[in-house]
Amino acid sequence: MTGFRLPGGGRIDRGRPVAFRFEGRPYQGYDGDTLASALLAAGVTIVGRSFKYHRPRGLFSAGPEEPNAIVQVGPRPDLKATQVPLVNGLEAGPVNCWPGTRFDAGAAMGLARRFLPAGFYYKTFKWPDWNWWEPLVRRAAGLGRVDPAATAPEGQRRHLHCDVLVVGAGPAGIAAALAAGAGGRRVVLVEQDRLLGGSLLVDQGEVDGMPSDLWLARAEAELAARPETRILRRTTVFGCYDHGLVAAVERERIVWKIRAARVIVATGAIERPIAFQDDDRPGVMLAGAVRAYVTRWATAAGRRLVLFTNNDDAYRTALVWHGNGLQVAAVIDARRSADGPLPDAARAAGIPVATNATLLRALGRRHVRGVVVRDGNRRLRRIACDTIAVSGGRDPAVALFVQAGGRLAWQDAIAAFVPGDGGYTVATGAATGLFGLGSALAHGHAAGAAVAGAAPGDPPLAADVTTGTMLPLWHAGGDPALSWVDRASDVTVADVGLAAREGYVSVEHYKRYTTSGMSPDQGKASGVVALSLLGRATGRAPAAVGTTRFRPPWDPVPIAALAGADRGRRLRPVLHLPAHDQHLSRGAAMEEYGGWMRPAAYPQGAETRQAAIRREAAAVRAHAGLFDASPLGKIDVRGPDAGRFLDRMYIHRLSSLKPGRLRYSLAANEHGIVQDDGVIARLGPDRFLVGTTSGGAARMAEAFEEWLQCEWVDLDVFVTPVTQQWGVVNLAGPQARTLLGAAGTDIDLDPAAFPHMTFREGTVAGIPARVARVSFTGELSYEVAVPARRTAELWDALAAASVTAGIPPPVPFGVEALMTLRIEKGYLHVGADTDGTTYPADIGFDAAGRRGDDFVGRRSMQRPDAVRRGRLQLVGLLPEAADAVLAAGAHVVATGEGSDGHVSSACWSPALGRAIGLAMVRDGRSRMDETVTVDDLGRRLSARIVPPVFVDPDGSRLR
Amino acid sequence: MMRIPCPWCGPRDEVEFRCGGESHIARPDPDRADDDAWAAYLFDRHNVRGAGSERWLHRHGCGRWFNLVRDTVTHEIRTVYAMTDPRPERDP
Ligand SMILES: [Zn+2]
Repeated sequence: MTGFRLPGGGRIDRGRPVAFRFEGRPYQGYDGDTLASALLAAGVTIVGRSFKYHRPRGLFSAGPEEPNAIVQVGPRPDLKATQVPLVNGLEAGPVNCWPGTRFDAGAAMGLARRFLPAGFYYKTFKWPDWNWWEPLVRRAAGLGRVDPAATAPEGQRRHLHCDVLVVGAGPAGIAAALAAGAGGRRVVLVEQDRLLGGSLLVDQGEVDGMPSDLWLARAEAELAARPETRILRRTTVFGCYDHGLVAAVERERIVWKIRAARVIVATGAIERPIAFQDDDRPGVMLAGAVRAYVTRWATAAGRRLVLFTNNDDAYRTALVWHGNGLQVAAVIDARRSADGPLPDAARAAGIPVATNATLLRALGRRHVRGVVVRDGNRRLRRIACDTIAVSGGRDPAVALFVQAGGRLAWQDAIAAFVPGDGGYTVATGAATGLFGLGSALAHGHAAGAAVAGAAPGDPPLAADVTTGTMLPLWHAGGDPALSWVDRASDVTVADVGLAAREGYVSVEHYKRYTTSGMSPDQGKASGVVALSLLGRATGRAPAAVGTTRFRPPWDPVPIAALAGADRGRRLRPVLHLPAHDQHLSRGAAMEEYGGWMRPAAYPQGAETRQAAIRREAAAVRAHAGLFDASPLGKIDVRGPDAGRFLDRMYIHRLSSLKPGRLRYSLAANEHGIVQDDGVIARLGPDRFLVGTTSGGAARMAEAFEEWLQCEWVDLDVFVTPVTQQWGVVNLAGPQARTLLGAAGTDIDLDPAAFPHMTFREGTVAGIPARVARVSFTGELSYEVAVPARRTAELWDALAAASVTAGIPPPVPFGVEALMTLRIEKGYLHVGADTDGTTYPADIGFDAAGRRGDDFVGRRSMQRPDAVRRGRLQLVGLLPEAADAVLAAGAHVVATGEGSDGHVSSACWSPALGRAIGLAMVRDGRSRMDETVTVDDLGRRLSARIVPPVFVDPDGSRLR
Repeated sequence: MMRIPCPWCGPRDEVEFRCGGESHIARPDPDRADDDAWAAYLFDRHNVRGAGSERWLHRHGCGRWFNLVRDTVTHEIRTVYAMTDPRPERDP
């Protein structure tokens, strides 16, 4: 028999039916249902297949501890059906079956299960190696599917600050929030459920002399009326982090980062099972869940129940079942006697109660059909039933308390870990092991009152139901290889014993070996069962075994929620050039370079990218080109000690630079490794403008500050990054001087008055400008810097100057043509030609020899490793076949074995009409004219080592 | 996530800061330090279990470096002090 909806009751709205589909079949539930309760009510018994053995599985719980009903909802994988609110049109299905839950091809694994014990993969798939087997194994065992094309709804990250954070709105949490906020303290009450009430939603009673539902409604109204109290529903606190940061996720979309002066953990307790043979069959459920489905969702899991328990509390399930006109076939109680009020009430209701009895085995394959019980006289007997409710006691939900630094203590009376001391949270209610309603309310009230700061009011009053002692019981009997510990990971009692025999006695090692507790449910219901069984197998008490470390997140959090608004372009915003539109209107193919969108090239009409690059580079050498160099880093460094400071930051002395002049230099870090390069201008006696690479602008400014603030605190220097304040257009080529003059400038362009490596201030095309004669192309070149907002104006003026001059216009060229031009000249590209091992000497700068003063990294450049033979040195490469373009990153191979260096930059050179490259080659400078082999992923080429300058080695074109 | 009391801005979330590692690493005179002494300066760190001095940058804030004493086990920040101040003698 399967589950069905009871005719009345429940916290569902029967006036609002909800249509949904599971495995493609249409069903109907009600508003207020979860996917789990709706499936149960619709008679769906098999909700998934198990992880390893593909055994049919049904619902096991009603909360976040659910190990079996792992479902795919639309594009979202691995949700627990017990946590999915039912909404119209919901499409869900199981995650681990093919072709479906009813018939599953992988169930053959179940027949071979004895070949898949813990550690099976480690032992079996080690030859040739795991990577070979992984795709096969992943296909067989796995969870949901991620659809790469699906886009999750955008998440949010929000911050919240309060005086008191109460986690969990069961009786204790509500009492705590009421007391804490009575004096006007700012209180936040967080509840994972859509409804407040916790256990009161399942087990009604009497509070303050009224029905608990009425008390609950009043308490909720009072909290809602307080201006400083905020309630977050459907919000799960998933982690307690350092310094009191508490993180929660609301409706799977909003991540809350909460800072509270006090944190009260009222997270309740989670029921755990007792293992017996075939206890994973559909129809075996936690006792509290069976009860919750009846009282909260008006859903019976079946018609004929057997309850297996070691404690009084679970008798409530038999009473509720009976009270709804359903049949309780038997209560199987493992204890010698059961004579508290709850067992007595069960007997009084005519429910058969067998004490000193054990449930050994569930019968039935696709669904429970009965049980095998050993009674007090050690006789075996079968009892027919369609539902088995099992309770092995309850574990306080202590994860958050421990994450916050709290220590646990073992409490024999409930055979569970409870909060001890330490940490920044205070636990209350069932989370401390106080399972009585009256005790929980009183304890919660006291916890709230302690931080209220004003009269907290009277505690809510309720009576505890007296319960007898429980009997710790982890495995009742039956075949241990068919008695489950962790259903989600398919770990059995036998696996625990095997792990112990193989020496995995640390609970952390055991966990990793068996994968116990590593599924979406995180072993919430199975953790203490597992460690107790491990303790039994190794002769230790559970307290001595201890728990595995509780790490956030307590419950899965969608990555989309964590990402918040940081997705797509917002994850890493890019900068646009001030003349962005000018480039687009000239056909620029924009690409991202170091966070800037820059023209890669300007293909015209049907021209290919490659053709455009070669045309642009050739035009710069033959005529003139325009390049937007605005992203080049610019740092204003000023102060009386600016010169001394830069002497220490760069490998060349810069204090000797005359105002109006430029000098190229490299910066190293203290390890002597090249960090950046650039041209430094001396603007005045106390002022420099430091040029950096575009990617190095922020890093260099930060390095300057670190040295100034942490080491040379006596230097009087101010550092101001100004990269984005300036727009820079580079006019390069033989016609550059003519064009600049035609654009109109008050600067004397005569080479004698304005030579290479100097700069002048004045106007260009009527715009205030700083013009530098510096070149990254090897051609005569003017770098014109103007206020950023006038960059477009400058660009247009320089382009139009050709009309005045009566010559063809300058050709816009992109980053790729610039790279071609600088490779032709052997100009370094830090980060491409250099890496984290490159000293200046490796690329031809004998910096360590600088005399008289010190600079960052100098001493490291003298270390044996920096001066040894066999270092990689920058050289040029000429492929033997002129049209064989090298690949950057390809290895230079000496004698067929091992690498002798690598190609660092390569291109087709329009100037030479052939392929060229730069390379870092072992002892390269002493190997000129040697022919080496270049290996690009198996493609082998011959190339000759040459000096790393291919065009105009004496620099006459620059002058 | 830690909350770090910037001496200029007050308590701020850890994500606004950058840790610069152990503080009070004296830079030896480069011309007198032999290779071992220089390597020790570059690479040797105490990596303490317990209270250790570190320098931090309020990177997405005031941009200032400062020192603090942090317990590497509990993350408790014992004290915050200026770059130019000596390491506190005892645990405050
Ligand atoms: Zn600050």
